[in-house]
Amino acid sequence: MLAEYWPILLFIGVAGGLGVVLLAIGLLAGPRRPESEKLSPYECGFEAFEDARMRFDVRYYLLAILFIIFDLEIAFLFPWAVVFKQIGIVALIEMALFLLLLVVGFAYVWKKGALEWE
Amino acid sequence: MGEQILNQVVWPVVYILCIAVPLILAVAMFVYWERKVIGWMHVRMGPNKIGPLGLLQAFADVVKLLIKEVILPTNANRFLYYLAPLLALVPAFAAWSVIPFGERMVLANVNAGLLYLLAMTSMGVYGIILAGWASNSRYALLGAMRSAAQVISYELAMGLCLVCVLVLAGSLNLTDIVHAQAGGKGLLDWFWLPLLPVFVIYFVSGVAETNRAPFDVAEGESEIVAGFHVEYSGSAFAIFFLAEYANMILVSFLASVLFLGGWLSPFPPSWGWIGQGSFAWLFVKAFVFAFLFLWFRASFPRYRYDQIMRLGWKVFIPISIVWVLVAGCMKYFGWVVTGA
Amino acid sequence: MIDPNLFQLVCFYAFAAVTVAAALAVITLKNSVHAVLALVLTFFSAACVWLLAEAEFLAIALIVVYVGAVMVLFLFVVMMLDINQEQVREGFIRFLPVGIVVALVMLAEMLALIGVRAMRAVSMGPNPAEAAGLSNTAWLGRALYTDYLLPFEVAALILTVGVVAAVALTLRKRRGVRHQDAGEQVRVDPRSRIRIVKMDAVRAQAPAPKEPQA
Repeated sequence: MLAEYWPILLFIGVAGGLGVVLLAIGLLAGPRRPESEKLSPYECGFEAFEDARMRFDVRYYLLAILFIIFDLEIAFLFPWAVVFKQIGIVALIEMALFLLLLVVGFAYVWKKGALEWE
Repeated sequence: MGEQILNQVVWPVVYILCIAVPLILAVAMFVYWERKVIGWMHVRMGPNKIGPLGLLQAFADVVKLLIKEVILPTNANRFLYYLAPLLALVPAFAAWSVIPFGERMVLANVNAGLLYLLAMTSMGVYGIILAGWASNSRYALLGAMRSAAQVISYELAMGLCLVCVLVLAGSLNLTDIVHAQAGGKGLLDWFWLPLLPVFVIYFVSGVAETNRAPFDVAEGESEIVAGFHVEYSGSAFAIFFLAEYANMILVSFLASVLFLGGWLSPFPPSWGWIGQGSFAWLFVKAFVFAFLFLWFRASFPRYRYDQIMRLGWKVFIPISIVWVLVAGCMKYFGWVVTGA
Repeated sequence: MIDPNLFQLVCFYAFAAVTVAAALAVITLKNSVHAVLALVLTFFSAACVWLLAEAEFLAIALIVVYVGAVMVLFLFVVMMLDINQEQVREGFIRFLPVGIVVALVMLAEMLALIGVRAMRAVSMGPNPAEAAGLSNTAWLGRALYTDYLLPFEVAALILTVGVVAAVALTLRKRRGVRHQDAGEQVRVDPRSRIRIVKMDAVRAQAPAPKEPQA
């Protein structure tokens, strides 16, 4: 089993190497003439703000939390999908129960309007 | 010792280059083809100056991008600014290692191939977020946040679609998934038929995952100029570009492998040579999907952000949750026969 | 010849070293975004270690769930908070003694646990998944959905509670925002929007000015 993952590790290395090489070519072959106007963040011609980092709507955090929870549920679905044929009707029913609980949570989120964007 | 290094290192690297180099060429040709097709759809010529029919246009662009200055904006975080394009590129390329191009034509025939693909696509979001944050520009940050929220939303729908495929195939291995679609009826055996809604959801989610039109609010050149990579130039920009197009081609290949029978022929095997599987079939299928990306871009106006979120959360996720159970029933009651 | 077992051992130590180094970087790096990235690296190399232990499904699930989802939330939070670096450094020195005490107690507990376990544990047997001739995921699924059915459903319940708690804690209604309700738009009845009134043609009161003769 492990032998199958070895080429993946190599591929990650090759891809990373490719990225580094491209970046290095760009940094070495390209000119380097810094100028304060050129280096200022793009702001459609306005004077740039000092620091662009700002606070974001809490909605983004809520979205990320919901994503974690549903991602976990999908992770549970993967082994189920592989074996449920062998386990049979019990697996089908227990997954229906699992998904029902998931849908209850989802319906709550929907009802509360957490999925509304403006 | 020497032989072992040859077998364990040299040959795998050769195989990897056999995937990566054609992939880079495919990206170049795809960019050319995109400009050409959209040109035709706009009743323009498209690129036609460099090389015969403008075929060398993409290579000229690459050379130009590589010898341009890479600008590091003031107040940007130097380390993260250069790291972000690498984090976008590596998952986009590494995901290719489990794609089966044909019978036994796969670099890493891992058991958990589908899960590995999900892991790789979920890592692509780091490049986007870090690019937006490291460049310290309002537009870049806005684009990054939009893009991140959109990508994670559609990833849920995509994950549920993968589960549906998995229920029918009963294996996480991509070669097994293709084998499960083989049968005596050619294209009627493939998973697109029993999983038709999921098939549509998967491809549309793929378009949204790669931030392509009509879901390209992350770039939204009319609103936030170029989104997360507004500050990038030269080769750093080229890497983002390469990653985006490699991802588009990856989604096209995956849609073909998961729903359209991979390398299998659309004709029944009893029809002689035309019914035999070959990697050429896979390439034709993937080309059709890749063409759809371009067609969408030329045809549809951009979605508004709240509409994108509505489509992902309120349409795609409920339908695919229901279809997981529908697929379970199909498999359990034997409505779908998988594998020849 | 390189012995495959030796190579595996070397790989284990390499990944384990990266894990520990990255974990140290998480608590020592000044820039909090760098620290989050170090944590990502920690998870990634921990997944590699699990993979070496042939826990295929768990290793990749660790990447999908933690690297792909949890750390994205961390990154969102850390990027958008204006954490004052100076204050954090100050606290580091002030709370260091307490931290060391807590760490030592935890270390002692862990060693005790491992020691007790090691005394009566048998060494790791042959891989049960391989013995059953199944892939790791299939074996795990079989165990999870037959023997551990109840914990699985309890996990679903906990996740649902998590959804409810997340919404209850973070959702703030804003006033005066307009939503598009697609359902309402589709359901709209043309008769409620436009009324067609039939009426007889009426001659205009004032006679139209005469056309100038050409």
